[in-house]
Amino acid sequence: MAGFIVKRLLQAIFATLVVTLLVSYAIRMTGDPALMLTQGAGSITEADLVRIREALGVNQPFFVQYFGFLRDMVTFDFGRSFLGGTSVAVLIGGALPSTLVLAFWSMLISIAFSIPLGITAAVHKNKALDQVIRVISLVGLSFPNFWLAIMLVLVFSITWNILPPSGMSGWLSYIMPAVTMGVILMAVNVRLVRTTMLETLSSQYIMVARAKGLSETKVLYKHALRNCAIPLITYMGLQFGGLLGGIVVIERVFNWPGMGTLAFDAVGARDYPVLQASIMVLSLLIIIVNLLVDIIYGLVDPRIRTE
Amino acid sequence: MIESSSNEPSLIRVEDLTVAFGEEKVVENLSFSVRSGQTLAIVGESGSGKSVTSLSILRLADMSGARYLSGRVLFQTAAGERDLLTLSQQDMRSIRGKEIAMIFQEPMTSLNPVFTVGDQIAEVLQLHEGMSRKDALAEGVKLLKMVRLADAESIIGRYPHQLSGGMRQRVMIAMALACRPKLLIADEPTTALDVTIQAQILAILRDLKDSLDMAIIFITHDMGVVAEMADDVVVMRKGHKVEEQPVDAIFHDPQHLYTQTLLSAVPKLGAMNGEDFPKRLPVAVYDEAGARTEGEVRVQNTANYGVAPLVRVEDLVVRFNVKKNFLGRPTHRVHAVEEISLDIYPGETLALVGESGSGKSTIGRTIQQLQESQAGNITFNGKRFSDMGKGERRALRKKIQYIFQDPYASLDPRKTVGFSIAEPIRTHGILHDEGLIATRVSELLERVGLSASHARRYPHEFSGGQRQRICIARALASDPELIIADEALSALDVSVQAQIINLFMDLQEERGLSYLFISHDMAVVEQISHRVAVLYLGQIVEFGSRRQVFENPTHSYTRNLLAAVPIADPQKRVMLAIDDTEIPSPIRAVGNEPEHLRHKEIAPGHLVAE
Repeated sequence: MAGFIVKRLLQAIFATLVVTLLVSYAIRMTGDPALMLTQGAGSITEADLVRIREALGVNQPFFVQYFGFLRDMVTFDFGRSFLGGTSVAVLIGGALPSTLVLAFWSMLISIAFSIPLGITAAVHKNKALDQVIRVISLVGLSFPNFWLAIMLVLVFSITWNILPPSGMSGWLSYIMPAVTMGVILMAVNVRLVRTTMLETLSSQYIMVARAKGLSETKVLYKHALRNCAIPLITYMGLQFGGLLGGIVVIERVFNWPGMGTLAFDAVGARDYPVLQASIMVLSLLIIIVNLLVDIIYGLVDPRIRTE
Repeated sequence: MIESSSNEPSLIRVEDLTVAFGEEKVVENLSFSVRSGQTLAIVGESGSGKSVTSLSILRLADMSGARYLSGRVLFQTAAGERDLLTLSQQDMRSIRGKEIAMIFQEPMTSLNPVFTVGDQIAEVLQLHEGMSRKDALAEGVKLLKMVRLADAESIIGRYPHQLSGGMRQRVMIAMALACRPKLLIADEPTTALDVTIQAQILAILRDLKDSLDMAIIFITHDMGVVAEMADDVVVMRKGHKVEEQPVDAIFHDPQHLYTQTLLSAVPKLGAMNGEDFPKRLPVAVYDEAGARTEGEVRVQNTANYGVAPLVRVEDLVVRFNVKKNFLGRPTHRVHAVEEISLDIYPGETLALVGESGSGKSTIGRTIQQLQESQAGNITFNGKRFSDMGKGERRALRKKIQYIFQDPYASLDPRKTVGFSIAEPIRTHGILHDEGLIATRVSELLERVGLSASHARRYPHEFSGGQRQRICIARALASDPELIIADEALSALDVSVQAQIINLFMDLQEERGLSYLFISHDMAVVEQISHRVAVLYLGQIVEFGSRRQVFENPTHSYTRNLLAAVPIADPQKRVMLAIDDTEIPSPIRAVGNEPEHLRHKEIAPGHLVAE
């Protein structure tokens, strides 16, 4: 197990390097941050721009800049934002918790609904209840997330005025962003739970569990669900990347002060340090979640543990 | 509904039971009864409705959508006689596992892989006996000892994947007997097990039936097992009971033509005593037209030992790495094949027999180049594999064909049968003209006993036996010299099996084919093979002509193997002293090399490991 984790960590470091390299290179193709900073600042000479570039360090060759960034990362020096000079660590420290809380609630909503719905659909395979659940899931799948977000705002904030339309202020403000993400994840997961459940229910050990005289609830939630867990956990781990991607959009719609908003604004401002650091944090997050998934496997399935 | 209690001593009485799925009746007007302490065997081939019957008694068939169109299932519960068909699922739950327990065919899949053996046994006791988890686990250890699992204290904490098939089936039995049920339903409980392990499990069931005074309903397709286990026998065919008799009468005075046909189709160990060559035997057939025998007796003297062997295997070694350390170096290996040497002559059927882990399939797979060897040589038609180029080795695949155990899994369900048969013809560029290919496919289908029009159909439209015929037709398509038949008859009903054996023999006679016949079924091997190699843990323990090995088995393992085969005659029922040893694992730590056996030639061509 220790060897396995070390191997995974080495892979994680390599993956992070590749991701940050690509992102750093790509953002430098969008143009000159000095121009962005001096926009609307009246008469700026070419000498001023050169000075600003020197101050920001973007006059150096790309690889020098990139290795500088890596060197700073090793010492946990995230640098300062081009915009206003705030410490990047402070910016990320402020944004990351907001995003994580949102991701947590979205996942929780998705799991809390998709598992019972998926199991119900599997148990009533091809009957009315199954059809209804599959249609609900299809509708959920077909919504673009930003559209669902806007509709929720229209209904709950503008028409009924019971939920705040944007910002992060009190628990009420969590509801709409979390539900938007949660519903879309749920729609996918219901189908996954249904399929894996159907496969598990046809196993002989399910017949054996029934022949023992166990109640259907025990058969489904104890014997079957735990065997479904492996594909579900795998998929949900992979889904986490998509979830973070979706959150960027949702955070924009709800003006949520998270990593998505931070990264989005950094792209617009060509704020290299903020963007590089946020992307690195997000990719590390995805890698850590998937590492956790691999460890959870072993806990859930004894066959993997002994390998 | 409470039935008035009568003087009928039966524990369970099934009366006029009809079970349907949708519109199709799978069991019709079935009646039988079992008394305490008795074993009733329900025998039948696939589609006879025997499994549905057992699942209907427990009302587990309900979950698959079964409807009970008629009949009663009267069972003496602790609270008096009940008709199980009228009980609610909730009432049934207090009977399942408590008063009626069931064990199933596949020990590999009938235990839940994510819970320990102890948890799975304790669950039943906690549910029905209201025991605490601690008490239930302690009782679990006792139960494991009851099914003669040595080291029960350690096994109780293990997971199913850490146990062998035989051990898992014992755990299943322990679990089923946890609440001392009055009736045990055993659905093909030994079919998936090796023959020596089967003998152990049957003995355990027999002993426990007596000591716990249970009734057993034993569902099987194997007449040998019936003869070993049953007091009474019900023979089923296509959902109907065709005959019911005490076990002696079934074997010595079968009344129904179908029972007679079934019995005559069962290959009997020792039936070939005194014969030098394999023998093609007429096949008993029972269908709507009645019972008859088809085909003639013919001595299969096809092997040509006067020429060079077609295949020569010399000192073959095949090992697989199974465990690796931190640096990726292997620490444990499966020693599948250890210095095996054998020859296959033109027109010869060489049988490889042995139990799980003996390496018999690995030898076949290595000859077919599906598996790399670590040492040794294989020579085909005088040329070594190692001296052949890539193209030559590829062309060799045309000359050697493989037939697998499971005809369901070895045909592509999305391609027509004609396409599958034509595939080797196209792959090896044997014919190019589509018209000629179609003609060839038709010929092949007709040769294996199907019709040319079948080419346009898909695999799911055929029965198991027909599918195996299709696989044979596909194997013949490239005009091979050697066919490797890997348990090719094991998934088939006995009556179908007999027909396929004859097809194999006819094709050999016609085309001078050689067969490498891999099987665990000693009786079939006795009938079909010219020479036999008995394998144990990757090495040959005995090798000789069919007659030498079967009439003068010399190595102790060969003798055990033959003694463990159930004999289809209840009067020859022998109570074997139970040998509780497991077949050892072929997995060894690196560096811990197995000792290679030396062989002694006790008669010309008869080699026995010392």
